[in-house]
Amino acid sequence: MEFSIYRFNPETDSAPYMQDFTLGDDLVEPGMMLLDALLLLKEQDDSLSFRRSCQHGVCGSDGMNINGTNGLACIMPLKDLKTPIVLRPFPGMPVIRDLIVDMDNFYHQYREAEPWLVNDSPEPEVERLQSPEDRDKLDGLYECILCGCCSAACPSYWWNPDRFLGPAALLQAARFIQDSRDEATEERLERLDDAYSLYRCHGIMNCTQVCPKGLNPSKAIGDIRRIMIKRSV
Amino acid sequence: MTLTTRKFDALIVGAGGAGLRAALQLSNAEARVAVVSKVFPTRSHTVAAQGGVNAALANVLPDSWHWHMFDTVKGSDYLGDQDAIEYMCRAAPKVVYELEHFGVPFSRLEEGNIYQRAFGGQSQHFGKEQAARTCAAADRTGHAILHSLYQQNLRAQTHFFDEYFAIDLIKDDAGHVLGVVAFDILSGEPIAIEAKTTLIATGGAGQIFRTNTNALSNTGDGMAMALRAGVPLEDMEFVQFHPTGIAGRGMLITEGARGEGGFLINDQGERFMERYAPNAKDLASRDVVSRAIAIEVREGRGCGRNKDHALLDLRHLGADTIMKKLPGIREVSMTFLGVDPIEAPIPIFPTCHYSMGGIPTNRDGQVVVPVKDTPEDPVPGLYAAGEAACVSVHGANRLGGNSLLDILVFGRAAANHILDFLKDNRHHRPLHKESVDRALARLARWDRKGEGEAVEPLRRELRKIMEDHCGVFRTAEVMQEGVTRLHDLRERIDNAVIRDHSRTFNTARVEAMELENLMDCAMATIVSALGREESRGAHSRMDFTDRDDERWLRHSLYSLQDDAMDYKPVRTQPVTVESFPPKERVY
Repeated sequence: MEFSIYRFNPETDSAPYMQDFTLGDDLVEPGMMLLDALLLLKEQDDSLSFRRSCQHGVCGSDGMNINGTNGLACIMPLKDLKTPIVLRPFPGMPVIRDLIVDMDNFYHQYREAEPWLVNDSPEPEVERLQSPEDRDKLDGLYECILCGCCSAACPSYWWNPDRFLGPAALLQAARFIQDSRDEATEERLERLDDAYSLYRCHGIMNCTQVCPKGLNPSKAIGDIRRIMIKRSV
Repeated sequence: MTLTTRKFDALIVGAGGAGLRAALQLSNAEARVAVVSKVFPTRSHTVAAQGGVNAALANVLPDSWHWHMFDTVKGSDYLGDQDAIEYMCRAAPKVVYELEHFGVPFSRLEEGNIYQRAFGGQSQHFGKEQAARTCAAADRTGHAILHSLYQQNLRAQTHFFDEYFAIDLIKDDAGHVLGVVAFDILSGEPIAIEAKTTLIATGGAGQIFRTNTNALSNTGDGMAMALRAGVPLEDMEFVQFHPTGIAGRGMLITEGARGEGGFLINDQGERFMERYAPNAKDLASRDVVSRAIAIEVREGRGCGRNKDHALLDLRHLGADTIMKKLPGIREVSMTFLGVDPIEAPIPIFPTCHYSMGGIPTNRDGQVVVPVKDTPEDPVPGLYAAGEAACVSVHGANRLGGNSLLDILVFGRAAANHILDFLKDNRHHRPLHKESVDRALARLARWDRKGEGEAVEPLRRELRKIMEDHCGVFRTAEVMQEGVTRLHDLRERIDNAVIRDHSRTFNTARVEAMELENLMDCAMATIVSALGREESRGAHSRMDFTDRDDERWLRHSLYSLQDDAMDYKPVRTQPVTVESFPPKERVY
């Protein structure tokens, strides 16, 4: 099985290049994921660098660009991929080395969304109640694993990564705006109400298309807009 | 070259649930706290916990912390320390309510209370009817908890060293722990992080076995650091095999699947757990269910072409329950097997899941070691919590839903004790140069060039040795051979080399240092297992098939020095209630 993988080591390379790798057919087993193949390729060349941890799509470490589309290597079946399999780091993020990108700005935008529950009412001794219907509103929002596939697929985020929060951070904003227990909805909407933070989303929907967890940031952003409009009238 | 140094009141190594719960407690108390993690915090393995966290909230069925305590003691096969178990079960409702206040999106009951489901080994009235004690956010409870804790730490402005790899503890001649030497994975630069207290919260070592449910990063780093600092590891022979890992692959299928009503079948379509545990059936303790599956397969009643697994049947639950309560495992099953549990049963087999053993601590999270006549003398400045620690609330077998509870209760308890310690210890002790140099030498060792074996084949061999020689069923002969092979492997690891010597994000070097840690944890596990001549909980000896309370109602302590074994008594006396004396364990 043939691979073409983006290589760059800042200590030795003046420019990035694509390197061909071959994985022997004897090593390819049915049901194998792309990450399994990458781990075997790393045995051939231990300088091949990528992040990985849980191996089943919950930690969000191994996001990369796979045959032109962002995804998680550990849940990407090899058999679904056209060969040679072309692997690149996320587009639009600074490359540290090979498939490893600098996600500082991504995390910064996440923090900008103030992704924590705010509730300053006196704490009850037991749980705060939330109806199953209200809890249902968080489904599709709280499951984000911060892999970065969505923001790294978003042209608006590529263009304005410093001012547009990007789909991942906006999904978090929505998660707290929609939470019936949160008391900072007004402040959250206020903070998003400028030309860039939220409104640079042009509904391209790459985010929704690539999300490996099947989430829909595009819809979440639309919902925030609707709430905002309702509030202003 | 001058070594970068940073100073904090409290240092936490590991950013899973235990580390982040402790960090939050410390940050909220305005201590200067730093968290070192080799992965970005939300990538820690707590994120993969599925089923839930136990607490006697009685939201669904009647419950009490005392029943929870009884179940935990019984589940531990009486090896758990009953003072710590009482403390944990009493604290459980409080820590779960706190989580809810932190924003954890728990699933809800009609009236708006936290949803609770049945899990294995749970009972009402000290061993009677099934209880429903596990608080859940669908089947993504670990994810929900870890993200909420990280978010609250962001709010509290905890200082994070993301993607820093801790090499070793700094310890002075008086035995005080003064922080760690780590390196920044991004730049490759070492750093000494000095702290008045150091909490190890690095999780388990599931990667010592070939087939496991664990993340690749679960390499027992903190346990191995403790060993190298002269701290023994407690009860390392007790490794939990989760009954329902995806056959041949290892991905976890939560016990919550059986809690929601799923059951196991063999090739005859028989619900075989009815024979092994007439009352609890599929919700017997994990050690019991894992052994039952292994026996079914061994006796020729396995499923599939190779008759090498059992099936977990959820079809009768219906699409609604599966999609609402178990969406994550449906996703995993479809991704890795192409099996939709709504339509077909899931092939499963017992898979290495959890280290019951670890760094010995008391219920304040202080690391304790035997000194002369005292079996439990605190190491000043050193704490441990979570799977890396052995407090011991799980004894010989952990109950499902008690690991998330353990990390929260003892992460918090350790932080509270650290705050007290900081009041009495206001100043940093002088940095201990020899100890720092030793750690730097361990890092520099991987700069060695020339010929030598590569890391990955050695790691694969280690995991295979552990699977073949220290699996679900154990004998002296097979384990002895395993020990011999591990000794050989240890020498070969000493001579291994990596080819990549660059500084920037050198993952080969990280993996090499993880291999050294795995090696120490594997040796601790097999030597402890060889030493314990009885069957108890997860430790099942074919040459010593019975539990032997007379000789073995005691904790094992493995030291790196000469691979020596020592033992200490079990704390059978709870804090306020009567002790639960050992009884025959039936489910």
